[in-house]
Amino acid sequence: MSKLVEGIAEAVRRSGLKDGMTVSFHHHLRNGDYVLNMVLEEAARQGIRGLTVQASSLFDAHLPLIDHMKSGVVTGLETDYMSGGIGREISRGVLGQPVIFRSHGGRPEAIESGRVHIDVAFIAAPAADPLGNANGVAGPAACGSLGYAMSDAKCADTVVLVTDHIEEYPLIPASIGEEDVDIVARVDSIGDPGGIVSGTTRITRDPVGLAIARYAAQVIEASGLCREGFSFQTGAGGASLAVTQYLKPIMKRLGVTGSFGLGGITGYMVDMLEEGYFRSLLDVQCFDLRAVQSIRDNPRHFEVSATRYAGPHAKSAAVDSLDVVVLGATEIDTDFNVNVHTDSNGYIIGGSGGHSDTAAGAKLAMIVAPLYRARLPIVVDRVLTRSTPGKTVDVLVTQRGIAVNPLRGDLEEKLRAFGLPVVDIHELKERAERVTGKPETVRPGGRVVARVEYRDGSIIDEIRSTEE
Amino acid sequence: MLFVPGNNPGMLLNADVYGADALILDLEDAVAPAEKDAARVLVRNALSACGYQGCEIIVRINPLGSGYTGEDISAIVPLRPDMLMPTKVSDAGAIREVSRMMAEAERESGLAEGTVGLLPLIETAAGVERAYEIAAADPRVKAIFLGAEDLSSDLQAIRSKPGGEIAYARGRMVMAARAAGVDVYDTPFTDVNDEEGLRQDAELARALGFTGKAVISPRHVEAVNQAFTPGEGEIRYAREVMDAIEEGKRLGRGAVSLRGKMIDKPIVDRALRVLETARALGLGGAEHE
Repeated sequence: MSKLVEGIAEAVRRSGLKDGMTVSFHHHLRNGDYVLNMVLEEAARQGIRGLTVQASSLFDAHLPLIDHMKSGVVTGLETDYMSGGIGREISRGVLGQPVIFRSHGGRPEAIESGRVHIDVAFIAAPAADPLGNANGVAGPAACGSLGYAMSDAKCADTVVLVTDHIEEYPLIPASIGEEDVDIVARVDSIGDPGGIVSGTTRITRDPVGLAIARYAAQVIEASGLCREGFSFQTGAGGASLAVTQYLKPIMKRLGVTGSFGLGGITGYMVDMLEEGYFRSLLDVQCFDLRAVQSIRDNPRHFEVSATRYAGPHAKSAAVDSLDVVVLGATEIDTDFNVNVHTDSNGYIIGGSGGHSDTAAGAKLAMIVAPLYRARLPIVVDRVLTRSTPGKTVDVLVTQRGIAVNPLRGDLEEKLRAFGLPVVDIHELKERAERVTGKPETVRPGGRVVARVEYRDGSIIDEIRSTEE
Repeated sequence: MLFVPGNNPGMLLNADVYGADALILDLEDAVAPAEKDAARVLVRNALSACGYQGCEIIVRINPLGSGYTGEDISAIVPLRPDMLMPTKVSDAGAIREVSRMMAEAERESGLAEGTVGLLPLIETAAGVERAYEIAAADPRVKAIFLGAEDLSSDLQAIRSKPGGEIAYARGRMVMAARAAGVDVYDTPFTDVNDEEGLRQDAELARALGFTGKAVISPRHVEAVNQAFTPGEGEIRYAREVMDAIEEGKRLGRGAVSLRGKMIDKPIVDRALRVLETARALGLGGAEHE
């Protein structure tokens, strides 16, 4: 029987999807993804109920999911991240049972170890051949790396590729191989290119963000880690990306060539590869068009699975070889625990993604954040949600000083010797409160709406409903 | 020197984190007439709450005749900023008048007379012509400042990036300041997005003899700092000059030459200044190899 079917209805029927099953999705199409909505709408039409959605991340494009929760089509959710629109509904208690949050490394561990069982994986494939070889670098919805879909393809009972771009067999290169694929569903469109990748990722122009980034680059130099073979990961937002701008002249001056840049990859990291600052990029996800073009054309820009990126169960993962990671935070407490799950009112606005994985793996895990946002200090007594344990976080860089985790006395000495403004984290908190006052802490007291599972499988925190 | 609007709490809050040597908290052009009171209160609170460690503090006040000058002075002087910047200063009389008002405010708040200095903003044709008189008008005057936007308008000139229309004013300001023994600061470069233009303008200002240059965007601070930082070659040459002088002294020679050129006193003075600046910026100007 041919693997190729026309339309999502036939694909869902052929997949054998039934009440109570677990369906999985990847998030490489980000806020442009049509596939998750398409599949759930069809499931609802076919009268299927009680599904658990196992998604590597969710964006506001997936808001129809909330209606499927209200109608009982979806009754369970496991994910690594959700944007604020979805988070708000979850925080209000739309789902009967708690969401399970994992990290980008913890998710494939749970899948590959069998702790999480996927009945049907629906894998958005920007390009595929009729037998199920697929990649993310061709077709109208090209997104680059398909790193987060790989464990789903390997482990799900049934694997359905959903594509709008069929090429002749054999499709090369193939991120997902035909040996794992049961069904190839051809649909009109799998996603909106405008929402998948931004045209260009831009470095922040906010002068506070730039001041923080400049300090962060100096911390990297002072740490002594910026030496031949240096490896580096940074996020795409706010001050994180701007660190690359200040890191380049330092690497040039020190005559250092890095071994690899890791993670979600932006055009700025591609520039660093092409200009010879790094020998390679290991890419689990592309953030912009330059990254997509580069992973297609440059053999030194290499696609890796979520397991090879960050799997805690892997025999080794790239994060374990990482020297420096630059991360954000919504709040950090005086024990260096970081919250990237909830906002100051307790609503879910994010998730770990690779935060806790890279913090655990990197030799230097650095949080960059403004000391206060609007009227709220970034440093608190106790984070509302513990996303990343403080023992894995080495340093907090703000525009008004740098706090080093007391566990890293060696690092503190190096930063002081370099002339950087090292400050006790309690003092940073007081400095912020002198400006903002001490805000009253909101701790939602409703039932548990989500659990945060650390990469080792332990539950490190619970998130409660904002509705009492 | 970074201009910070006196009516913007967010900018006031973080003004000292960008690496500027001095902050100019603005009560004048950045603030609409209806907001003058609010800005005065805000700047007063910012000065007492933010600390602004490591930055010289200048408050730009409204010009005589605006009706706000007296209130600006009596509100701000008690907080002991390093300097006030009176605007549209066209003669020495204005400086003496402001100085008198400041002395009164100092007396009322128990400060020694002369605690707060003056940095007159010269931005009229008459002011430029009397720049020396203004610079020498009062011991409070620590420096003078060229404002090119208002000046160009007063001159009926067209403001341009190369700045040919203010070439005379720049030269005259530096001349007047040095003659009076005070510092002199250059007008800001106003295109926030033209980094190359900014760099050229800042390098020109340094070459002309300005002590420093103002900026209107935090993103300009680094480029201006760089332009006013002696380059590696400059520092190396200054060291060679000083080494040659030492060597000459050791050998008891009256005249010393370096690379075939006579080293005379102005060259030595310049080398000393470069090394002093380098040392202040932590560039190791003190080391003699």
